[in-house]
Amino acid sequence: MSARAAGDAARGGEVLVGAHGLAGGYGGGGPLAIEGLDFELRGGTRVGLLGPNGGGKTTLFRALLGELPVVRGDLQVATRCAVVPQTERSRLDFPVSALDVALMGTLARLPWWRRPTRDDRRAAAGALERVGLGDEARRTFGELSGGQRQRVLIARALVQDAGLLLLDEPFTGLDEPSSRRLEALLADLAGDGRGLLISTHEVDQARAWDLVLCLNRRQVAFGAPDRVLTRPVLERTYGAHVVELPGGGRGVMPAHHHDHEHA
Amino acid sequence: MGWLLDPFRDPIVQRAALEVVLLGVTGGLLGCWIVFYELAYGTESLAHALLPGLVAAALIGVPILIGGAAGLLVAALAVARAGRAPGIGRDNAVAVVVTTLLGAGVLLALSRATPPGLGELLFGDILGVSDGDLWLAAGLAVVVVVALRLGHGRLLAVGFDRSAARSLGAAPALVDAVLLVLVAAAILVAVQGLGNLLVVAVLVGPGATARLLARRMPAMMAVAVTVAVVGGLGGLLLSYHAGTAAGASIALVTVALWVAALTTRALGRQLPSGAS
Repeated sequence: MSARAAGDAARGGEVLVGAHGLAGGYGGGGPLAIEGLDFELRGGTRVGLLGPNGGGKTTLFRALLGELPVVRGDLQVATRCAVVPQTERSRLDFPVSALDVALMGTLARLPWWRRPTRDDRRAAAGALERVGLGDEARRTFGELSGGQRQRVLIARALVQDAGLLLLDEPFTGLDEPSSRRLEALLADLAGDGRGLLISTHEVDQARAWDLVLCLNRRQVAFGAPDRVLTRPVLERTYGAHVVELPGGGRGVMPAHHHDHEHA
Repeated sequence: MGWLLDPFRDPIVQRAALEVVLLGVTGGLLGCWIVFYELAYGTESLAHALLPGLVAAALIGVPILIGGAAGLLVAALAVARAGRAPGIGRDNAVAVVVTTLLGAGVLLALSRATPPGLGELLFGDILGVSDGDLWLAAGLAVVVVVALRLGHGRLLAVGFDRSAARSLGAAPALVDAVLLVLVAAAILVAVQGLGNLLVVAVLVGPGATARLLARRMPAMMAVAVTVAVVGGLGGLLLSYHAGTAAGASIALVTVALWVAALTTRALGRQLPSGAS
């Protein structure tokens, strides 16, 4: 079954997240960080999350993780969410192996006094196999390539047994082969029936996915890529920074593409 | 072999050896986390800044431990407050607080009313450890071993990526607090034997050395404990044979081990096909 067919078959998958008129902020009567969110995420779909830096992408992740107070509206999360952060945010000099990082996925389900069992280690090793890194389990995390590190963090999310993966610009800084490999892995995970919410700056990449959510403090649009990814929507999402790229692709130049400071 | 074993026939040296081994276990294990949580400067600051508490305790005649705890609390609060002062930067603020408190401690210690023994407070008296000191060091070592073993996964997750730790089920604030409490307790107990100025050698030196040599946390901890114990016993030997101050000798040997590790690693990297 092709990745596309898998996505289609699962499009009617169970609802993982439902947001209805959702607004959230960091409390204290301060300004809302995100508002007007109305969308549904289902299992087996890849959903592109587009928006400028500071537009609320990371904030939405925090809301889904239950770390952001809901001010208005309603947010239902019916599955375990796991975040796949950008790897530069982790300490690359930290003395951990790929297996150690994958094992971190067992923390939440173990009581605090228990250490990972042999079964947990087997599950972590299995997750690394799944993302194609079975042979790299013993390597130091910081020595792996950017694409490999990203896949280790995906393996960690699999160990967490997450039904919904929140990927924070996973393609940033990857070369072409690594990108293709990651793309294939994401299609594969959607084939499992998992939901994937993927924040990205690459509009053309998002066209290949099932749905797109455009966010600029408030929800600008949500729906199938060919319907949503129009020039007016992109302009409202990014301000007036949309440029035509040679070859007919529509590119986006966010104001601070390389600025990755999140809280 | 006589030079190696003879000193340890002396009961005083035996007690000192037991104390440095117990402190070595604590310092070696905690030191690894101190290094990776970038707490070395904070550890040194707290250790130095609790001096007024120690001196005040000696003046009033209450146990040094209580004075040290009070001094630690004052120092921690002062550092926390100064760190928020606008415009001078956190490191500078901490430096000002530490210098002030250390100076205040020395002033107090030099007053006529203070019983003699500033040297003991600054540099410790490892050869004069009491039974109480030994029990305290043993209790601390047990607590540190148990706490670090139980908290291993969470310490690793928070140190590795603080922002994602919460979603993995590790609370960064709690993990930080536990680590800081352990470090504070270790400072308090170690300061009795090693003194206010040298305690840093056993809490930071071994962890920093192990970081150069080991590539996984468990291996790093094993190396750090070994370095701490070898540094402690080696320091006692040096002190015995060369007639140098025991605490300072321990610090010297520990730092020498770090320099040796640094040199070894630098040489290893220069080899064309460095075995890594």
